[in-house]
Amino acid sequence: MGLALFNTFILLLLVVAAILALRVKDLLTAAVVFAVYSFLMCLLWAEMGAVDVAFTEATVGAGVSTVVMIATIFNLKRKSSD
Amino acid sequence: MKIFTLIPVLFVGALLLYAAKDFPEWGSPSGPASDSPVSSHFIANTGVDTEVPNMVTAVLADYRGFDTMFETVVVFIAGMAVIAILKNSGRKKPVRREYEVDAEPDLIVTNTVRLLIPVIQIFAFYVLAHGHVSPGGGFQGGVLMGASFILVALSWDLETALARFPMQWTTIVAGLGIVLYAGIGIFSMFLGGEFLDYAELAKVFPVSREMARYHAMLGVEIGVGLTVTAIMFSLYANLSSEGRLQRGL
Repeated sequence: MGLALFNTFILLLLVVAAILALRVKDLLTAAVVFAVYSFLMCLLWAEMGAVDVAFTEATVGAGVSTVVMIATIFNLKRKSSD
Repeated sequence: MKIFTLIPVLFVGALLLYAAKDFPEWGSPSGPASDSPVSSHFIANTGVDTEVPNMVTAVLADYRGFDTMFETVVVFIAGMAVIAILKNSGRKKPVRREYEVDAEPDLIVTNTVRLLIPVIQIFAFYVLAHGHVSPGGGFQGGVLMGASFILVALSWDLETALARFPMQWTTIVAGLGIVLYAGIGIFSMFLGGEFLDYAELAKVFPVSREMARYHAMLGVEIGVGLTVTAIMFSLYANLSSEGRLQRGL
């Protein structure tokens, strides 16, 4: 019961993060929301027992790829045009 | 226009939700993930064949070592592609970017990072070397190691990080990682086995065939770690400065 509640909560937050990442106009915010999304996925994987995948998601998805996205946004325009 | 894109999106979404009903229950013993002869073979034989407790590492670095080798090559190619594209297409002169400030590196940030970097790097080595027993391995260890150099570049500036890990070195180190991986494979080929058949290494090293696979996996993981470390840092250095390698973020 407790785990099902945890999963439902994480999955709901995932949907919110996904929609938010598409809706925000500020690309820097979108990059940070993507990091949140990755970290929620990492929690889900850790809970399912796939710790190796969770580790990769935490280092690559939430860590380095966010930095790379921010590094790119810094050299472009920060506002999304659509 | 948006309403027309919404209709197929909703339709495909409903279709996927409908199909998701057919998935087996999570962790169900009759599901294809637990039921197939392949997974039961690995669960039964990994410990006997290689003496590696963490089955994920054994499958990644040994049973499907050929696959992992070319994954490392893909990471290498991605890094080279970023260098090749940004080398000549970025702006030659740095322009003043939006939100750019000219400030000295912050005292609190730099001193915290000074304390953190050794811990991160030791943890990266631990993750790399302990990947046989606990979650982790070359890829995660390499990313952590690369992230420690990125942290230097973020809290001081790009020049400080590049003084510690110059751009020419990143290319050499990345290539060296793949050469180490393929070298272990070719070496075991010369000893009479197939490519990446680590058990043959027992002919030259004083270990059993199982322990030869165990230790060769560590060698292979070090190769992956070297490539990933170098490429992660080189990706950041090139992307943050448009290939000029001066004044990153």
